[in-house]
Amino acid sequence: MRPRRPGAARENLAGWLFVAPVVIVLGLFMLAPILMAMWVSLTDWNGQGSPFRSGVPFVGLDNYSRLFTEEGLARQDFMTSVRNNVYYVAIVVPAQTVLALGLALIVNARLLRGKTFFRAAFFFPSVTSSVAISVVFLFVFANSGAVNGLLALLGVDGPQWFADSRGVLHLLLGAAGLVDPAAPPQALTTGGPFGLSWWEWLSGPSMAMTTIIMLVVWTTSGTFMLMFLAALQDIPVSLEEAAMLDGAGRWGVFRHVTLPLLRPTLFLVVTLGLIATWQVFDQIYVMSQGNPAKTTLTPAYLSYETAFGGFEYGTGTAISFVLFAIIVALTLVQRWVLRERRS
Amino acid sequence: MMPRTRRTAALCSVACACLLLTAACGRGFDDAPGQTAQQTSGPAGLDILIGSSGEAETAAVKQAAQAWAAAAGATATVTPAQDLQQQLGQAFAGDDPPDVFYVDAVRFADYASVGALEPYAGKISRPDDFYPTLRAAFTYNGTFYCAPKDFSTLALIVNQDLWSKAGLTAADVPTTWEQLTSVGEKLQAAGITPLALGDTRDRIGAFMVQAGGWLTSPDGKRATADSPQNLQALEYVRTLLADRLARYPSQLDAGWGGEAFGKGKAAMTIEGNWIKGALKADFPDVKYTVHELPAGPEGKGTLSFTTCWGISAKSPYKQQAISFVEAMTKADQQMAFARAFGVMPSRQSAKSAYTAEFPADAPFVDGAAYAQGPVNAPKMDSVLADFDTGLQQLTSVAPKTLLQRVQKNTQAALGTS
Repeated sequence: MRPRRPGAARENLAGWLFVAPVVIVLGLFMLAPILMAMWVSLTDWNGQGSPFRSGVPFVGLDNYSRLFTEEGLARQDFMTSVRNNVYYVAIVVPAQTVLALGLALIVNARLLRGKTFFRAAFFFPSVTSSVAISVVFLFVFANSGAVNGLLALLGVDGPQWFADSRGVLHLLLGAAGLVDPAAPPQALTTGGPFGLSWWEWLSGPSMAMTTIIMLVVWTTSGTFMLMFLAALQDIPVSLEEAAMLDGAGRWGVFRHVTLPLLRPTLFLVVTLGLIATWQVFDQIYVMSQGNPAKTTLTPAYLSYETAFGGFEYGTGTAISFVLFAIIVALTLVQRWVLRERRS
Repeated sequence: MMPRTRRTAALCSVACACLLLTAACGRGFDDAPGQTAQQTSGPAGLDILIGSSGEAETAAVKQAAQAWAAAAGATATVTPAQDLQQQLGQAFAGDDPPDVFYVDAVRFADYASVGALEPYAGKISRPDDFYPTLRAAFTYNGTFYCAPKDFSTLALIVNQDLWSKAGLTAADVPTTWEQLTSVGEKLQAAGITPLALGDTRDRIGAFMVQAGGWLTSPDGKRATADSPQNLQALEYVRTLLADRLARYPSQLDAGWGGEAFGKGKAAMTIEGNWIKGALKADFPDVKYTVHELPAGPEGKGTLSFTTCWGISAKSPYKQQAISFVEAMTKADQQMAFARAFGVMPSRQSAKSAYTAEFPADAPFVDGAAYAQGPVNAPKMDSVLADFDTGLQQLTSVAPKTLLQRVQKNTQAALGTS
């Protein structure tokens, strides 16, 4: 260890003084509530008075084990919500990233006319209130709404979007003739991890969930388009021109010059997408409240419902901490996948 | 240098967090029991939180509260809640609940079981005057807790125009399950959807009552979902749905039965007396009549929904609060509320005055004699939500499986086997 520079202590103190406002605000409004919630998740607090009194029963990890190891409604609901959210994330994150990148490339194209118009149009859904847009979607996807009207023009009898709890994957498997959704094979319906059968795990998003997926992809791609656009405009034109002079085609330039330079933005967009999609709440709250048949239940909504609906604040907060762990774990995995590979 | 700085930083942030936590916990988090004063002297200031159905109710309650406050020499602040349940939850957690608040019968057992409510109903004059079904809804462990504010029951609503279009007359209004089926077939033959039926226990449960069943025992201690009566009821509803004699509102592009009915998408619906206001506001041209629900194999049955005036166990003004509730539940005050926002008085002594003034509502009031209140047991919220989910899939899931599932979940929630 090197000897301390004279005056370092004072510098240190000054540094802490300067960041103190932020540290205090973050500590008071972020860290302290999180720690308090963590305590609540270890208790059987019933919502009466403070959870930090002596009479509040401490139950250790019971609230967590109810979500994972104990057979019962709590685990079933939680696992159903996780299943729904996994399908939701698996579709929304890639779709919105690709769409956002595509839109950004279009808007960034040097030859496009009316660039400002398109930029505004693509960005518009992102700045509109998610509640307002959700309500509009309720009308658009109503049984006699615009979407089913269009489908009827094509001679398709549209589904009852928000009342349809059938899983898309089930329907596809049925359409392919692999299984009969009305009588799934015995091997799939008996047994499966965490209290749900394999058949239930393999349902895919329900029709109701797909409408929410469409909504979210549409509204968020605008924001991410803006991020990609900023990154694209940072890429020096000379680089792309140099690659073209070296004989690279348009695809080659995109694949080997543009995309690698976009990697930090890609990481940002995918991370933000992952976090936001695992926390989806307001669309569910406005549009479906977990219905039909719990196929739009998500952990964030279930946590709210369990705490404020069922007065089981302990289980509710436990769900949110599990959700937190899932998000952190997935972000780490994704960071590892997108790491810079240098040999 | 580097590792040392990092450790200092970590230590500092932990210290900061601890400091903040202790600061935050310094006050208000260690309230010993017994600290809340039983009675505070001086003029009382009552905080009243209501889950209002709309402007009319808010105005009427505010007016009644001011009249009481002026007479009692106290003040009363009426606040309509945006989300009553969540606001109450926060108030209880923060140890600062309102003195008087609405308690829905569905939530009652949850509140009573954690000791949030003052069991004052015995101190109200003539508690036996409240309908027995309403008293049962607000009784926990044998104690009648709070005075019912008003109530609603389900009845059969019939669209006059669609009825005559199918060539039916007043004599055809179904009074039994068999008649409901046969009338439904006639309507269907005329190209009319017969019945819009809400897809929850709050509507389909009426059929269970008509068959002589219910989800829990009367004392709310045992699960009785898996019974032949309930099975019979669900089988019957399932046939109605499968034959398209009944359809869920979502299948008719409506949010609830009343909307489907108002839009003329079904000739009948099963709803409570709130449908009057809704139809008047949104579909004023629909002509309809109200009838008692068709009787099942075990006779007549309907469901009642009610709210009581809860008084917080922590209120410093309990006496004034009770006097306030007393004033609100007087028969003539209940009639004033009935005129203002169309609710039914919870006192039997107000029944004749009510039916004299609103003769068309007689079927709703008569339902009180054989109505079943909501499931009166704590921790049942997720179980009942799960049952509703099952009912949504009633056509594809066997009723027996569904009932066994509710039975198992209810037993787990009630802690019995």
